[in-house]
Amino acid sequence: MKQFGAFVKKEFYHILRDRRTLFILLGMPVVQIIIFGFALTNEVKNAKVLVFDNAKDVASTSIIHEIDASQYFDVQQNVTSYSQVESAFKRGAVKLAVVFPSGFNNDLEHVNKAPIQLIADASDPNTANTLINYASAIIMDYQDRITNEHRLPYTISTEMRMLYNPQLKGAYTFVPGVMAMVLMLVCTMMTAITIVREKEMGTMEVMLVSPVQPLKVVIAKAVPYLLLSMVNVASILLLSVFVLDVPIHGSLFLLVGESLLFILTCLAFGLLISTVTDSQQIAMFISLVGMFLPTIMLSGFMFPIENMPILLQVISHIIPARWFFVIVTSVMIKGLGLGAIWKETLILMGMMLFLLTLSIKKFKIRLA
Amino acid sequence: MNNDTIISVEGLTKRFGDFTAVDSISFQVGKGEIFGFLGANGAGKTTAMRMLCGLSMPTSGKASVAGFDIYKQTEEIKRNIGYMSQKFSLYEDLTVRENIRFYAGIYGKTNSFIKEKTAFVLKQLHLEKDADKLVRSLPLGWKQKLAFSVAIFHEPQIVFLDEPTGGVDPVTRREFWNMIYKAAEDGITVFVTTHYMDEAEYCDRVSIMVDGRIDALDTPSGLKSNLKASSMDEVFLMLARKAKRTGD
Repeated sequence: MKQFGAFVKKEFYHILRDRRTLFILLGMPVVQIIIFGFALTNEVKNAKVLVFDNAKDVASTSIIHEIDASQYFDVQQNVTSYSQVESAFKRGAVKLAVVFPSGFNNDLEHVNKAPIQLIADASDPNTANTLINYASAIIMDYQDRITNEHRLPYTISTEMRMLYNPQLKGAYTFVPGVMAMVLMLVCTMMTAITIVREKEMGTMEVMLVSPVQPLKVVIAKAVPYLLLSMVNVASILLLSVFVLDVPIHGSLFLLVGESLLFILTCLAFGLLISTVTDSQQIAMFISLVGMFLPTIMLSGFMFPIENMPILLQVISHIIPARWFFVIVTSVMIKGLGLGAIWKETLILMGMMLFLLTLSIKKFKIRLA
Repeated sequence: MNNDTIISVEGLTKRFGDFTAVDSISFQVGKGEIFGFLGANGAGKTTAMRMLCGLSMPTSGKASVAGFDIYKQTEEIKRNIGYMSQKFSLYEDLTVRENIRFYAGIYGKTNSFIKEKTAFVLKQLHLEKDADKLVRSLPLGWKQKLAFSVAIFHEPQIVFLDEPTGGVDPVTRREFWNMIYKAAEDGITVFVTTHYMDEAEYCDRVSIMVDGRIDALDTPSGLKSNLKASSMDEVFLMLARKAKRTGD
């Protein structure tokens, strides 16, 4: 135990002396939360809209008014020809154009049918999609109103309710995502690098010649990173509750427990990486390619898993962050209990045990 | 095997697949002896040394180190040896004192022992003033001497030195060897590998490995007169030239 204490103390010296790395490790989650929270947002506000109104009648004018009134759009100008529409898009001055054909109201009243053209700048497909959806919703709204006034025999009105996240805030998905990303980086990459550094420096050899059990050396290296990641979890949660207004609906205790499970999984993976390589650069490369990129791309945090090709969907199953992402979303945003996430928890636990056994085995083989 | 034998090796062999790194070597080292373990790169020195330190399992043969069997009692062996590798093995971002404390700590030494001995070592190395400086800031020669002091800090019976003086200037090397003599006088057996033939002259006895076998084992003067060579350099070249393996 005294040996173990000496080790842990030494690891803390390493971490505390390397101020720059420490600063990055502690500052990274804060910066990421702030960037994701304020800079990178999928929500569209005050998008510039161009109107090409050939009708200039009651219906077209009131639709334009409603578009302008919504917080998503800002009607910039009226133009009188398609070429003006085109040049506005080319200049990048507008994101969306609404075109009314001549006789719009007339057609609507007598033929019961009239087209509106929505043109969006799809060089940014996500924004284009969002804008088209918003605009369609406003137009549908208008249509509902006039059909009601005319008292048609049947009308179907859809009423939407966005569960768990009524304001459709992006923060609800990226907080769990950033958490997975940061923990992965701190636990997997830093653990792998610090163990491999001892090999590179030759101190690992000295340690192996000493009576200390090699496994103890490795566990002692993981302890400070475990603490560091708990600090990161705390700072992410505090920021999301107090700065981004993302509430923790479920049990905090459960959330922290699950985070700990994920941290252990990442540590085990870092340990595994350190057993297969002797160079810090390779260790960093494997952690980035093997863990970090899949975490970002396949965990469901950036891109919905349901939309992926089958092959990627299958691959996503072996990514721990995918399960952790579901767990955090369920506990934090939906307020569910262990009963709802026991499956994901078991999977993570299985992964952790598998990685740990594999790395301990590999570690022993190397010593023989 | 008499009572004064501390390392005893008989027919020790290590194979990696088809490759026989160490080919049935036998020798004995007496207590307090400075034993030079020479050989060209790739001759099998490091592999042999790793087996004696309990880092690697032999394929066949027998050996005991400090009276313990290298197959079954590696734990006991590790407790009784010190080791200094060719790579500089102290932590650059720890101070001199922290390095000493850490290494003493992993050998489970008591606080009072560590405190007393640290003061003694610092005095010996004239590092009292620099005890709380980061090791990074010390010149290489001092680091090397400090590494040696750390390797024998827990008062082991044997210390294994793997090319301890690589890249060190001649003056510091001389000082380093004075420390080795001092350790041997204190009863610590020194098992050292080196590429410097002047250092080989300082050893009590020298073995020369060629292609995994020990081709010669005698005192430096004995080797020279046997082979009618004027220096250890010549002895080494005569033997090493027969090697079929290329170095690494």
